[in-house]
Amino acid sequence: MIGEGLQSTNQRRHSFVQDHVEVGFFTDPSVCIGCKACEVACKEWNQVPDDGFIWSGNSYDNTGHLGASTWRHVMFLEQDRAKGNQIAGPMSLDQDPFRWIFLSDVCKHCEDAGCLEACPTGSIVRTEVGSVLVQNDVCNGCGYCVVSCPFGVIDRRPEPLPDAGGAFKCTFCYDRQKSGLVPACAKVCPTESIVFGRLDDLRARASERVQQLQKSGYTDAQLYDPTETSVRGIHAFFLILGEPEAYGLPPKPQIPTIYLKSAWTAAFATAIASIIATLVAFAFFS
Amino acid sequence: MTSNSPSEKRLEELREQAWKEGVVPGKGVDVAGGPIPRKPGYYGQPVVRPPVWTWEIPLYFFFGGMAGMSAVIASGAVIFHHVDLARMAMWIASIAGAILSPVLLIMDLGRPHLFLNMLRVFKHRSAMSMGAWILSAFGACAVPGLITLELHAHQIFSGTLDQLLRFAAGIFIFGAAIFGTLLATYTGVLIGVTAIPAWFLHRTLLPIHFGTAGLGSAAALLELLGHRIPALNFIGFYAASVESALLIWLSIDKHGVADRAIHEHGSGWLIRIGEILTGPLALVLRFLGLVPFAAVSFLIGALVSRIGWIAVGKVSGSDPEAVFAAERY
Repeated sequence: MIGEGLQSTNQRRHSFVQDHVEVGFFTDPSVCIGCKACEVACKEWNQVPDDGFIWSGNSYDNTGHLGASTWRHVMFLEQDRAKGNQIAGPMSLDQDPFRWIFLSDVCKHCEDAGCLEACPTGSIVRTEVGSVLVQNDVCNGCGYCVVSCPFGVIDRRPEPLPDAGGAFKCTFCYDRQKSGLVPACAKVCPTESIVFGRLDDLRARASERVQQLQKSGYTDAQLYDPTETSVRGIHAFFLILGEPEAYGLPPKPQIPTIYLKSAWTAAFATAIASIIATLVAFAFFS
Repeated sequence: MTSNSPSEKRLEELREQAWKEGVVPGKGVDVAGGPIPRKPGYYGQPVVRPPVWTWEIPLYFFFGGMAGMSAVIASGAVIFHHVDLARMAMWIASIAGAILSPVLLIMDLGRPHLFLNMLRVFKHRSAMSMGAWILSAFGACAVPGLITLELHAHQIFSGTLDQLLRFAAGIFIFGAAIFGTLLATYTGVLIGVTAIPAWFLHRTLLPIHFGTAGLGSAAALLELLGHRIPALNFIGFYAASVESALLIWLSIDKHGVADRAIHEHGSGWLIRIGEILTGPLALVLRFLGLVPFAAVSFLIGALVSRIGWIAVGKVSGSDPEAVFAAERY
């Protein structure tokens, strides 16, 4: 936390992997300054190739969305609403309100992860710290995790980029964590908008922060952590101002495996019906 | 630059237009709603990711479905002593199911040389993993089934060995039929159990449609290859009737914005054309006795609708509003 200096969980060494402690990210847009240092640090440490150089015209966001070569993505929201008790416009509170919100998006590392369940090679695994990791050397690029992620995070890297064909997403800097280091994005975040730490600590800290913000006039501050849905909560949760849709976050994300029962039931019924139809055809029409 | 230079004036015009209409269209100036973005979600960006699958996958759905259900027809033919039909059906099952299907699947992989990793684990909660195992088991039954059946049909061996071959052929063909029904239907589960709204909203329809389209295409191909027997015609009637019912189901079971990819855009037309060709048109042609035309109609429809369902996934997965709307269901 700011003011803790080297004792902040973003800076000090840890042994979470060795101790099997569940860790997480808490990302707070109310202190984000949109510097994109997290995007850069992520790219540098993980040697992620470029994801295209385009001018999107969407505020200062030329990254677009998370993908195979974008593991951190700073969103720039422009909304015609006041931010907290902000006095907007030249004349009064109501006139011409405007707010700019920055939020660093990342893989959510779901408690029940759609990509992990879908992976047919066992390439996607759960680590000791509760994060979801793609083992690049095992992935054969079938693409099923891509359509199974309720957040649209994971993607297959296209040719001619290095390691093309495999599925990629945030690794939660598993390599760094094994050595007791903090994920690169959290390490560099200058305002500690991205906080890394023990999951239970972060959850407590996040709800405290929401209350604090609401008291100071940010009435639409809320925590985005879908614990009520089949995803059963995420390890990288966000404080958001306003509704999740504006951030491209699904309000009620579901893990696709909840649809297995009805789909397989229909499949088995069709299988049996086809066998019966064939037997009837040969028995009565030949 | 002075304030009355042409470019400055143009900028002023763009600002004006942005304030008035919320959007300034045109190349290079699509600033997503001028001052305030008006696109759904976050600048209209997709919330879930559309499938990365290319043309191989719909073709695989088509051939896999046909192969699987060919084995079912083959076992029916074996039971009721239509040996020639059984042989032809097993040839289709083997070529489409044990050669074409794996080749198409491997071609679609991002890293084809790692295709064997599919058999590294057995995950019953992953339809992709189940599919890999079903396809392997199907191939392992269909090819020996074909070989033993051919050896038996050509009387290569005699006496006990021939009896043994006959028995083995029966076992393999029934095995192929069981895995074949799963091969034809699991593809519906595969795309139904995803985060793509237009797919998961129709997760019960998809396996029925894919399985029945597989059965109908197997019968249609066998008819076109010269087996014009009433039994196959009955199967053709059955498949076309089920497909007609599914067409009605699909037009009633609408979810508005959430599954609009099925009813709008080019993807919607592919679904409609596919369903009409496999459903009502094939049915009418069969009633008129135009069996070869019905068979061709069904085969084309089955292929078009598979292409359509993948196209639907791409459209629906790129549509943030569909994802938000689907969460109500």
